[in-house]
Amino acid sequence: MLAELCDLRGVSGNEENVRKYLLEKLVGTAVETRVDTMGNLLVSKGKSKNGTIMLSAHMDEVGLMIMAVEKNGFLKFSPVGGIDGRILPGKRVRIGTAGIDGVIGVKPVHLQKKDEQKKPFDEESLCIDAGFKNSDEAKQYISVGDYAAFDSFCTEIGDGYYRGKAFDDRTGCLILLRLLMENNGLAFNAAFTVQEEVGTRGAAVAAYTIEPNVALVVEATAASDTPETDEEAAGTNLGKGPAISIMDRTIMVSRKLREELAEVAEKASLPYQYRHFTGAGTEGGVIASSRGGVDTAILAVPCRYIHSPYSVMKESDLNATLGLVRAWLEQRQ
Amino acid sequence: MNKENLIDILLELSSVAGVSGNETAALEAVRSYFDLYTDEVKLDRFGNLIALKKGEASAAEKITVALVAHVDEIGAMVTKIEPAGFLRFTPLGGLDPRVLPGQRVVVHGKKAIEGVIGATAPHHLSMQDREKSIPVEKLFIDTGYDADTLKTITGVGDTISFGQKPILLKNRKMITGKALDNRAGIAALIFCAAELAGLRHQADICFIASLQEEVGLRGAVTAAYGLKPNLAVAVDVTHGDTPGTDDKKTYKLGAGPALGVGPNFHPSLSFAMQQIAQEFNLSYQVEPIPAHSGTDAWAFQVSREGIPTALLSIPLRYMHTTVEMLCLEDLVTGSRLLARLAAKVTNSYLEELKKC
Amino acid sequence: MAIRDTLKKLTEAYGPSGEEENVRSMIRDMLNDQVDQIFEDNLGNLFAIRKGQKLKVMVSAHMDEIGVIVTHIDENGFLRIAPVGGISPRLLIGQRLRFNNELIGTVYHEKLKELKELDWPKIYLDIGADDLETAKKLVKIGDLACLDQPFKEQREGRYLAKAMDDRAGCAILVEVINRLPAELPHEVCFVFSVQEELGLRGAKTAAYRYEPDFGLAVDVTTVGDTPKAATMEVSLGKGPAIKVKDNSVLCHPLIRRFMVDVAEKNKIPFQYEVLTRGGTDAGAIHLSREGVPSGALSIPCRYVHTASEIVDKSDLDYAVLLLEKMLLSSWPQMEEINLR
Repeated sequence: MLAELCDLRGVSGNEENVRKYLLEKLVGTAVETRVDTMGNLLVSKGKSKNGTIMLSAHMDEVGLMIMAVEKNGFLKFSPVGGIDGRILPGKRVRIGTAGIDGVIGVKPVHLQKKDEQKKPFDEESLCIDAGFKNSDEAKQYISVGDYAAFDSFCTEIGDGYYRGKAFDDRTGCLILLRLLMENNGLAFNAAFTVQEEVGTRGAAVAAYTIEPNVALVVEATAASDTPETDEEAAGTNLGKGPAISIMDRTIMVSRKLREELAEVAEKASLPYQYRHFTGAGTEGGVIASSRGGVDTAILAVPCRYIHSPYSVMKESDLNATLGLVRAWLEQRQ
Repeated sequence: MNKENLIDILLELSSVAGVSGNETAALEAVRSYFDLYTDEVKLDRFGNLIALKKGEASAAEKITVALVAHVDEIGAMVTKIEPAGFLRFTPLGGLDPRVLPGQRVVVHGKKAIEGVIGATAPHHLSMQDREKSIPVEKLFIDTGYDADTLKTITGVGDTISFGQKPILLKNRKMITGKALDNRAGIAALIFCAAELAGLRHQADICFIASLQEEVGLRGAVTAAYGLKPNLAVAVDVTHGDTPGTDDKKTYKLGAGPALGVGPNFHPSLSFAMQQIAQEFNLSYQVEPIPAHSGTDAWAFQVSREGIPTALLSIPLRYMHTTVEMLCLEDLVTGSRLLARLAAKVTNSYLEELKKC
Repeated sequence: MAIRDTLKKLTEAYGPSGEEENVRSMIRDMLNDQVDQIFEDNLGNLFAIRKGQKLKVMVSAHMDEIGVIVTHIDENGFLRIAPVGGISPRLLIGQRLRFNNELIGTVYHEKLKELKELDWPKIYLDIGADDLETAKKLVKIGDLACLDQPFKEQREGRYLAKAMDDRAGCAILVEVINRLPAELPHEVCFVFSVQEELGLRGAKTAAYRYEPDFGLAVDVTTVGDTPKAATMEVSLGKGPAIKVKDNSVLCHPLIRRFMVDVAEKNKIPFQYEVLTRGGTDAGAIHLSREGVPSGALSIPCRYVHTASEIVDKSDLDYAVLLLEKMLLSSWPQMEEINLR
């Protein structure tokens, strides 16, 4: 199911594939679903006795948008969400609902001037080449405003690792989906949100609608437990379990709630770590400041090379995160 | 209303002052037109102007369409009166300091006074300094008054607008002036209201002249919350084709309004607007926007439980200068498109939109 | 309690954004029976309400101060830290920081080639622990610390302390609450807000909950009276400032006029504040729901966001007087608002 979810193309503002997949999986389970104006999928499970709990995971992924079709058939694009432009050269993408194949080509090393490689490619100069001979041919298949997603697929690698795109945040979607499909007697509201990567737009609206008493954002977060990064700057480490956020750009998580998560983990003998990084943003901020304020925490699966065509994460972290969210819900019922 | 009327309206709207936070004069001008073409005009708690044109639907079937354009313009604010009588200022909205030296300005104190933004004469600058642009902090305004007199007229916190008068260019197709961002949008709303007089519409149409867009979409945040419309279209300007700019981010003047597509907009509403344009033979361009549109649409879309929102933009050259330029035909076409959309919206149309 | 003593107590308290508990309970004690209703919300905002007729006025001062948060502990017991609010790493070198458990640490930096390289990843906190084990007994990842400097009276009427931003505002509110008579023309909700330094977060939810007709923030402002300061016509000791704008709000002209009228009628000196950066609670309040006409009363303060912020007693006294008189006056009517 992870592979199915991650391989879907769902760039911010165009999450339909993911939403449809989730809705199909939920057919026959005892939940109520609705899709709001923004495209958020809101699912409620069970009758809660102890206030409204909101779990959120975002359906969208970073990607590209086609901005213009050049006379020679090349396609100009802009990033949707935060992409490090240096990862784009030499990648394959799929464009539009039909998934037209294209590549981001670059000038071959043979034709480059001396020292050219020292500077990254100028993002503005990059184009997608989908093999069209001119703009007329291109326009038969491509419209300006079409979304393009990385063309990569999810697979197991090594000993217990996964490699693929969009782990941020289809892992969160997967965890919520599993908890909804299980016969676990838990009561909660799940928000599969849109447009997290362009400013946590969906979650703002979802939180307003759900009016939760407490919220947990289930995310994927960057891990740099890799060469060339100092240990203290790694943020999170693969294999150490879900990362409990203390603070990010959007939120200061209350001590009470983050310690509650740690205690639940310890009681359930599940590994956990704190996120050793206070930057970057999540949906936590807009949920916490919704209406009169909502106590909100963030739990994330550590994930290397996030926002690239191929991220790497560990199966044991995914399972431990699922386990911790479940155990927390059980305690909160 | 014909194109000649529109020219007059736009010339007037471009002339009046309405810097963010001090939009009164502009609002009064706008109000006088909406009084002619709508049923009811009021200001909300924030000060946004809301003009209502009632629809035919019964109270039970009532739906509201919001067409919103911001009425404020970029400008500046007095921060200090220097002992020698010069005024220091800080920008309101995104100003390019390089276009400021030598501009005519009006300082809105107890009375409005004329002035000019001065800078040290090139003769008195080193070659090195001449190669650098002058930051806003180093610029000042010369009003011809001494400090004591100035203090009786103006003071810290007064707003400053640009003094540029608009002109209709020789071919009578183009207008240049200040504040066309976004008096163009306001003019489109007025033209649209006039067009609607000849069309039947079920929905209540609310024309909103929003405040303080240039300092962070502030009026739109409260207007959207207060009005709770069923559907919203923001009307603003986008970058026109200009030498030296990236052509993937500019739109041709005279080729019709630009319709936004991207995450900020409801996909089926964006599509519906393109279809209406095709149906009525109105030219348009598609403007892909990968994230923040920088317009009131950004605020409307996520108000309360979410509002289906679209964006129609008039291509405009030299944005945020005093020589902004647009093509009247784009404005007319845009207004007609807005009117056709407004006339189409019914409860069932809304349901259809939400389905896809 | 004299305002000096209130200010000393409040500024020396520990209360970085997100951990305002000590300040909150201190203020609660100071108010005891002076208000009709007192409660906290989910985020930790403290609401103190004085019932009255007609309109609802929300007056907000934030309890939180800038600080740091522990992000990592290394094997030798050194801590890595990240900012909480707008705090400069350069100003921290050699400063002492205090944790909620009274533990003191001092900040220094790794070996640098040039001072330009000095940034958060390069600095660390020494808490006197020799290894990871010892350090872990003293602090946890996610613990916060604030600056550690005592309150001083530099000369008569010149106060020097950390966290004047915005305990000065809190002290003013406390003082005003203690001075208000039994009958008020309007209901007033004093909000001691949280997390202002992280983006006006407390005031946002507080305003949504209280639904005021008017908003007023009481906070500090920077000044332009120091050597080669940025252009700004606010000086220390020339009276409280009536805010015109900052990056978060353009104050409602009618509220501004109302404040000026009250000041002039009561012969209270004041200055106009045009702040080119930074924001205050009014920024969040005025955009709440359908909009809340709002203003701000500012205390001139030198060296904001350092360990030695300076305010002048006369500015505080006049601010107390102005706020008190405002709360005893009739606020502008909604019809006037509509004609702004």
